Amino acid sequence: MYKIIKKEKLTEDIDRFYIKAPLIAEKAKPGQFAVIRINEEGERIPLTIADYDRKNGTISLVSMRVGKTTTLLSGLKQGDSIQDVVGPLGNASEIKNFGKVICIGGGVGIAPVFPITRELKRAGNYIISIIGARSKNLLILKEEMENVSDELYICSDDGSTGYHGFVSGFLKEYLDKDLSGNKDKETSIARVIAIGPAQMMAAVAEVTRSSCIKTIVSLNSVMVDGTGMCGACRVEVNGKTKFVCVDGPEFDAHQVNFNLLLSRQKIYCDDEGVCFDLYKHKCRLPQ
Amino acid sequence: MAKGISKKELKKEKIPRVAMPEQDPEKRSGNFNEVTLGYTEEDALREASRCIQCKNPKCIKGCPVEIDIKEFIKLIREKKFDEALEKIREKNGLPAICGRVCPQEDQCEKECILGIKDDPVAIGRLERYVADREMRHIAEGIKKCAWSKVTKKCTKEKVAVIGSGPAGLVCAAELAKMGYRATIFEALHKPGGVLVYGIPEFRLPKEIVLKEIEYVKSLGVKIEVNMVIGKILTIDDLFKNGFKAIFVSTGAGLPYFMGIPGENLNGVYSANEYLTRSNLMKAYKFPECDTPIVKGLRVAVIGGGNVALDSARTAKRLGAEKVYLIYRRSEEEMPARDEEIEHAREEGIEFQLLANPVEIAGRNGWVNKIRCIRMKLGEPDDSGRRRPVPIEGSEFEIEIDVAVMAIGQGPNPLLASSVPDLNLTRWGNIKAEAVTGKTNIRGVFAGGDIVTGAATVILAMGAGKSAAAAIDEYIRTGIW
Repeated sequence: MYKIIKKEKLTEDIDRFYIKAPLIAEKAKPGQFAVIRINEEGERIPLTIADYDRKNGTISLVSMRVGKTTTLLSGLKQGDSIQDVVGPLGNASEIKNFGKVICIGGGVGIAPVFPITRELKRAGNYIISIIGARSKNLLILKEEMENVSDELYICSDDGSTGYHGFVSGFLKEYLDKDLSGNKDKETSIARVIAIGPAQMMAAVAEVTRSSCIKTIVSLNSVMVDGTGMCGACRVEVNGKTKFVCVDGPEFDAHQVNFNLLLSRQKIYCDDEGVCFDLYKHKCRLPQ
Repeated sequence: MAKGISKKELKKEKIPRVAMPEQDPEKRSGNFNEVTLGYTEEDALREASRCIQCKNPKCIKGCPVEIDIKEFIKLIREKKFDEALEKIREKNGLPAICGRVCPQEDQCEKECILGIKDDPVAIGRLERYVADREMRHIAEGIKKCAWSKVTKKCTKEKVAVIGSGPAGLVCAAELAKMGYRATIFEALHKPGGVLVYGIPEFRLPKEIVLKEIEYVKSLGVKIEVNMVIGKILTIDDLFKNGFKAIFVSTGAGLPYFMGIPGENLNGVYSANEYLTRSNLMKAYKFPECDTPIVKGLRVAVIGGGNVALDSARTAKRLGAEKVYLIYRRSEEEMPARDEEIEHAREEGIEFQLLANPVEIAGRNGWVNKIRCIRMKLGEPDDSGRRRPVPIEGSEFEIEIDVAVMAIGQGPNPLLASSVPDLNLTRWGNIKAEAVTGKTNIRGVFAGGDIVTGAATVILAMGAGKSAAAAIDEYIRTGIW
């Protein structure tokens, strides 16, 4: 059992949990994830390790309430425990001084992009952060991101805060401006890191493809064991099948088959609905 | 005729091999309860009476862990069931499991003298009987569990075992018996490895596995779950934490795919995923349990081993109307146990033999057809089996909703990739000395499927056992 030391509500639907897991905290690096299971009947789901505190032996996980498992998770309080937490899994992000780096986080994806941004900043990069959400009240970790960025831009789908539109739209405008102000017509951006919903990452990949800026995305596929044992998380990268859990979760965005990722993310959509409805019925939650 | 058997002894052959009581095929293909029900006491006594107690018993040599089969059957004949079980446990700590999943027909029972003219003694069923009998008696309070309350105190050096499948469990159990403080690190949330995630409930009830693991724990073995060694702790960390030796038994946890078009369509599974969802995650109880599984009405399983048969029979139980087993050679070459093949046929699995998939087709991202080609058997290949050759122009299609690829599993590379110096074969298996399991790294031993490639439970157990002896010697002498 893994005890929840602290819980913070980041928005109505998004919580941050600080979980006692000293061994995981000791080894975790930005970009890695954990697999959790809420209870004996629970499914195993991957969650990116949003941060770690080696001194206090905790890791933090950020979760948005969408289905049964995340609803159960969001119902847990400080002092409660999660049945299983396994990690750190997957490969760590590449952290070195690239020069100018754009870090993009969309929705709950801002959580995993934060520790990567922080470490890239520490490594000496000039950080341009672009974070977005559907609406102002759904935007998370604005202050944290501000503290580790040289430039920070906010986007919202509804225009309630910052740039009115998607992060990919803002990125395009930013890159165009960057190019027009540059005599050699060469981008000054060394790398883009983008984490968020698959559609967002696909859109970012399209924006950076023509200017050939190396773009890294962290894929959020369906998983079971998270150790390369089952192949549930397979994706196509550069025409080859890869396992997100052991070969990723980060890949070169320009080589990812996002259509396949999007399709495979929907395998259990109907089942998840059935399971969630049954739970809501049992708990007399509004359907 | 074999030497050393008198005519009088041969006369005893007359009793036919006692059949295993089973659930009715039609009923059982709709539930996940165990297919075979186990002998009654009467069955066991009758079957045991068939054993002619050879002076030179060949069966023992057929057993990878050399159980004193002759003696335990003699004890059954004398109705000394507890003693019979103890006799088995001298060599094998997991009798209820082995009695169920060992391929006895290729091991002990293959060597049985009776088998020359008649059916061999049902050694596996007798082993299972005495193990089940004890569990039942403990559950009913007839017998006090000799081991449940006393956890033995081990005081010798610490040894780490990575993976809690058959090889790891036996290695740790043997080490604990010698007084070592053995800790098993398991990556999943439940111990048991393939016994829990791979072999289905209807062939090996998880309750049985759990009880056998309780027995191993009672010997003083510690089991830590959710520990992915190579990630949370490295081999070096383990040595630094005071473990004097490490046994790597991480199994064959890497699913193979065929590399044909369409394998990433929704509804296409590796057997590992399909079985893990159903067995470990209890997807067959969805939505009471949260893990879903795609329940197709028409399911194709590709492969001819036990894993393929387990997948096909699982599909049937999940409600499939049609289950096709597609295998590229003929039934004779199928690596699955005869019993499994027979059970699958009874349950209505349709065998598509001498056929091989060439493409999986789909609509809107979901599989809907599998295209195969007919095969014929050509010259024998390296394995001695006749090589399947495609027959040109013989392609055919089967409409399906789910496909399960059960063409084999490789060694999971996660741990090995965290130890760059560890010597591997070109397939990624750990190179280890036969018998001792010594790798090229001092203090690191390996055994089971991670060394041999996917094999049987009992072979893995044998490797765990002999490695335990080698670990003991290494720790005592310090000689590598």
